[in-house]
Amino acid sequence: MPQSGLAGSRIRERRLVAKVRQAELAERVGISASYLNLIEHNRRRIGGKLLNDIAKALDVEPSLLSEGAEAALLATLREAAADAEGASPEVARSDEFAGRFPGFAALIAEQHQRLRSLEHTAATLTDRLTHDPHLATSVHEMLTMVTAIRSTAGILAETKEIEPEWRNRFHRNLNEDSQRLAEGAEQLVSYLDDAGDARAGMTLPLEEVEAMLQAHDFQFDALGEASFETLQAFVANQPLLTTEAARDMALGVVRQLRADARDLPMEMLARHLKDGMVEPTWLVSETGASLSAVLRRLAAVSDALLERPLGLVMADASGTLMLRKPVEGFAIPRFSGACPKWPLFQALSRPMQALRQRLTMAGREARDFDCYAVSEPVGQIQVNVAPLYHAYMLIVPLDVKDDTGAPVGSSCRVCPLELCDGRREPSLLAARS
Amino acid sequence: MGKNVLVIEDEPNIIEAISFILSRDGWTVATHSNGHDAVGVVTAALPDVVILDVMLPGKNGYDILRELREAELTKGIPVLMLTAKGQVKDREMAARAGASRFMTKPFSNAEVLDAVRELVVGEQQAQ
Repeated sequence: MPQSGLAGSRIRERRLVAKVRQAELAERVGISASYLNLIEHNRRRIGGKLLNDIAKALDVEPSLLSEGAEAALLATLREAAADAEGASPEVARSDEFAGRFPGFAALIAEQHQRLRSLEHTAATLTDRLTHDPHLATSVHEMLTMVTAIRSTAGILAETKEIEPEWRNRFHRNLNEDSQRLAEGAEQLVSYLDDAGDARAGMTLPLEEVEAMLQAHDFQFDALGEASFETLQAFVANQPLLTTEAARDMALGVVRQLRADARDLPMEMLARHLKDGMVEPTWLVSETGASLSAVLRRLAAVSDALLERPLGLVMADASGTLMLRKPVEGFAIPRFSGACPKWPLFQALSRPMQALRQRLTMAGREARDFDCYAVSEPVGQIQVNVAPLYHAYMLIVPLDVKDDTGAPVGSSCRVCPLELCDGRREPSLLAARS
Repeated sequence: MGKNVLVIEDEPNIIEAISFILSRDGWTVATHSNGHDAVGVVTAALPDVVILDVMLPGKNGYDILRELREAELTKGIPVLMLTAKGQVKDREMAARAGASRFMTKPFSNAEVLDAVRELVVGEQQAQ
């Protein structure tokens, strides 16, 4: 059974006492440093084998990390004391304090946890602002408008003598920019309303699955020939998966990635990728693996084998994005529909055909990508039953940029491309007059 | 002062405001609005100061600055970078690329003017 979230505080405390770096401990127990960080800050529950492994690595009894509420309370009090700024709590007398004033001690611990939780929420929202292309781009646009308005208004207010021609021009600029700012603000508020509560967004099953995959660097080679029951247990023991829907989804993905690893071993891919060239169709002809398996596997191993990791996106026949492995410069939308011009969607109308297309992701920092896509049937073939297809697209970042890439966007809301036949809705980037 | 400043920024009304402020202060102002050929424009003009936006169509300001710093003719030109992103990592990126100053939008006219003046004074003292 998973232990209280406060086990994380005790792990951190013991690790610091043992003078072991977070990355070092993470490596010893086979998890990523970022995941251990989440555990230590009580953001992920921990129990079972991992707790035992960490106890062993820290050379302590597991019970010391998982013992009852009293130890947890003391650990939290010490943690709160360590975080205190401007106060000098008597840390050495924590036991005495908790014993004499258990109610106040519990209150301090509770408020400390609440503070941590709020800090986590703030960090998550900051992260969303950084990585959500909708928010980041529209906030940038609004700041640009504010800058133009501030500079222009400053000139009008501070310049004593200004020619009528310039004054009229600046008045016109102010009018234009304030109108664009108002439109941008209105659309941003509408978008935020649609996006809903930030906390709800954090717990979407797909996001939990993606977080779990990233925690394992998309690598499940170690599962080898493990039975289905073992895989189920493995998934059930993943603390990042908090809902049944997420665990179901994750089980399917892990089974597939493990099968890909069997067909396309790491050593063989390391030889293929040693010069940095990515040739999926050559791998298909050499190994007999399906192209979709090759695309998935290349994306999975690229973090370990390539200087610039590859991205991957998968869609079902409805166009819903089912899996995302992001890559810098190629924004994959989180909430709304992706750009219909991606070869990912063209592949759905041309099943079993390998597509390759050079794309230029539109934007101020436009970049080029080499994209491979294919759609393949899922499930057993049945008589007189049309198969369903899943499409995959491998995203290969390119060092050079020329004018041969097909212009595409992330999603219509943040796409600056004009006169696009695929546009479903106006862009948040207000039209420039 | 009579010095030359090149403003590389894609928002026309910001260009207009900055140009006005600097012109009133005695600067000769040239402007450019895309990243594609910005390096070539700087190399041809060799201004006393460059004001460079980060987010430009075609090529971003960091890449432009790195190229300027690698070229003999332009490596010493003071560059004031403008960006809407004000996080520590953005400042670090600007510093690594070789920015002389870094300014976060929105900024005031006085801040821009002071920064440009200081960059020229600093450059003169360095010579």
